Amino acid sequence: MTIKICVPRDAAALSLGADATAAAIAKAARQAGQAIQLVRTSSRGMFWLEPFVEVETATGRVGYGPVTAEDVPGLFAAGLLRGGAHPLAHGVVEAMPFLARQERLTFARAGLTDPLSLADYETHGGLRGLRRALGMAPTAVVEEVVASGLRGRGGAGFPTGIKWRTVASAPAQPKYVVINADEGDSGTYSDRMVMEGDPYVLLEGMAIAGYATGASYGYIYLRSEYPHALAVLNEALATLRARGVYGRNVLGADFAFDAEVRVGAGAYICGEETALLESLEGKRGMVRFKPPLPAIKGLFGQPTVVNNVVSLASVPIILDRGGKHYADYGMGRSRGTLPIQLAGNVKRAGLVEKAFGVTLRQLIEDYGGGTRSGRPVRAVQVGGPLGAYFDQRLLDLPLDYEALAQHKGMVGHGGIVVFDDTVDMAEQARYAMEFCAVESCGKCTPCRIGSTRGRELIEKIVRGKDVARNHRQLLALCDVMENASLCALGGMAPWPVLSALQYFPGDFGLPAKEPAHVV
Amino acid sequence: MKNDSVLPRGQGRRRGPEFPPYDTAAVAAILDRWRDQPGNLLPILHGVQQALGFVPPGAVGQIAKAINRSRAEVHGVISFYHDFRTSQPGRAVLKLCQAESCQACGSRELTAHAERTLGCKLGETSPDGAVTLEPVYCLGNCACSPAALLDGELHGRVTPQGLDRLLAQARRRP
Ligand SMILES: Cc1cc2nc3c(=O)[nH]c(=O)nc-3n(C[C@H](O)[C@H](O)[C@H](O)COP(=O)(O)O)c2cc1C
Ligand code: SF4
Ligand code: FES
Repeated sequence: MTIKICVPRDAAALSLGADATAAAIAKAARQAGQAIQLVRTSSRGMFWLEPFVEVETATGRVGYGPVTAEDVPGLFAAGLLRGGAHPLAHGVVEAMPFLARQERLTFARAGLTDPLSLADYETHGGLRGLRRALGMAPTAVVEEVVASGLRGRGGAGFPTGIKWRTVASAPAQPKYVVINADEGDSGTYSDRMVMEGDPYVLLEGMAIAGYATGASYGYIYLRSEYPHALAVLNEALATLRARGVYGRNVLGADFAFDAEVRVGAGAYICGEETALLESLEGKRGMVRFKPPLPAIKGLFGQPTVVNNVVSLASVPIILDRGGKHYADYGMGRSRGTLPIQLAGNVKRAGLVEKAFGVTLRQLIEDYGGGTRSGRPVRAVQVGGPLGAYFDQRLLDLPLDYEALAQHKGMVGHGGIVVFDDTVDMAEQARYAMEFCAVESCGKCTPCRIGSTRGRELIEKIVRGKDVARNHRQLLALCDVMENASLCALGGMAPWPVLSALQYFPGDFGLPAKEPAHVV
Repeated sequence: MKNDSVLPRGQGRRRGPEFPPYDTAAVAAILDRWRDQPGNLLPILHGVQQALGFVPPGAVGQIAKAINRSRAEVHGVISFYHDFRTSQPGRAVLKLCQAESCQACGSRELTAHAERTLGCKLGETSPDGAVTLEPVYCLGNCACSPAALLDGELHGRVTPQGLDRLLAQARRRP
């Protein structure tokens, strides 16, 4: 009997030697005279165990990890092909606590399928959402998404259905769907996992967006740091065209849709939707004034839906199961599930898709297992480089757009970066300003100049130069940046700085009992 | 903002000193491939850089003419984006992630180690011309920090010793 063995082809797994592991498995099987079917799947998102090898057995898939090429002979000797016991074995994968306690909707197929097999995709529920959508009126599709309560996962949290309504009711033609695949926030990788691991779900969501809003062409603006995603997306697009899913008649319906991938060029600001559109038009990625909204005048001046990868990848299941099913997860005005990405100094770093409402402490301790270094957690940054730093006292906050916003934190794209007690928070604050200076588009002064001045002020404070005065100036500068910047890069870069000052004044050489300030 | 100039002093003029020669045919082929496609400047620049290793300053005029934009506009785009370079890089390009998740896992020490070993700073090329060392802000490998990209190949949980092995490989390349 041929035994099925799965080894991920996700870039993170490859970065830890998954190709060598797969080759070693193929070789060992040959030597043992055992026929195997080696499938390169997506990743489950349990990255501390990558390369993670799964073997199909009568009781389900049994997992081993992390498996390097050198481990393979020993694993074969221990009966890997039968799911045999071994120090690297983790039992039946679905029963592993990290996975069993998740609610995977958008990432339902993670680790299960061959990303480029359309047959695999359909076997696991793929294309059902698009088929159902094509049988409905476009406005009904929009309302289904409104009912789901889905909010943009790219950072701003704007209701996706409402955005679609605006584009759908704009009279101008042509219209465009643009996927924001710039994923610039440090500590995030869920877009990358979707694109490399389940590209069809994204492209299905994109076609649904096109049908609902009256757009027939799409662009995927992909950051250049993701070469693996580029290859997978291009191959997936070719397959969809060849199978009549994309093209003149989408799945045989009277609706045409096609799309192409465009690659960015290493500019964080091009994740901001209007800078992204400028970049797609072949220009410098300078932020545009709003209004007009991209939904009215977007790409090439036409009505444009701009959505994040995870937002659109969540659409097929909403159309398949209904908006209500999705909205039943979550809390308050944060409906559905959020793919949370545990990163930084955390023992079990990986993807946790949970309904909104889970607390930071549960995520970091229960799922993440504390720090990788084994030292105490000191600071946590949520929501990317513009997110506030939290200390221990705030870890019981639930992940919820409104709850975090009260503390100048943000859900953002769902990244959580953990730091242990060796972190120097003054240096982190300095970096936040430096990053803003490096990535500023230069359109407005508070951000373009303020970021550099901010870095200098922090450096002076740390050197002990004129501390009280420079501290006051820094607070005033942050105030100007927050209130007078055109976009959130300049407007939020002060957040990590102010939070570091508030919770960790000692790291700046400031007295612990500072008067309470802005945060 | 990125701060580099492709135009040496006094060379923006029509009759300025000549730019070094470059493969105009290769650039023409790329221009042809993207002709008449909307918003084609970034794909063209990527294509040129992939073919020639960098965007030669002399090619700015050729590109501008083909897509009917001014040289200033093309130059403006090249200088805006971190990816585009205007001179030949080292034989290998090593990008080290400098962003928060990797910071939390020792990227500062790793970067210092790389700078010491290569004898150059971030953004520079080692004196032997073997390796260009560049910063990058997140490679999406934050679950396996610190991360590095060597000639397009991603690496995770990179230790100083692991980096030495990678650099030794890179240096052995012709
Ligand atoms: C500085 C800055 C960077 C951003 N980067 C990204 C990004 O990398 N990916 C993304 O999807 N959205 C990013 N956004 C948010 C986008 O502007 C926009 O809100 C989003 O693409 C809308 O899609 P959504 O509603 O599906 O989230 C960024 C915003 C700002 C201000
Ligand atoms: S805040 Fe910064 S990035 Fe945003 S528009 Fe102003 S200069 Fe550009
Ligand atoms: S922060 Fe370094 S890979 Fe994301």
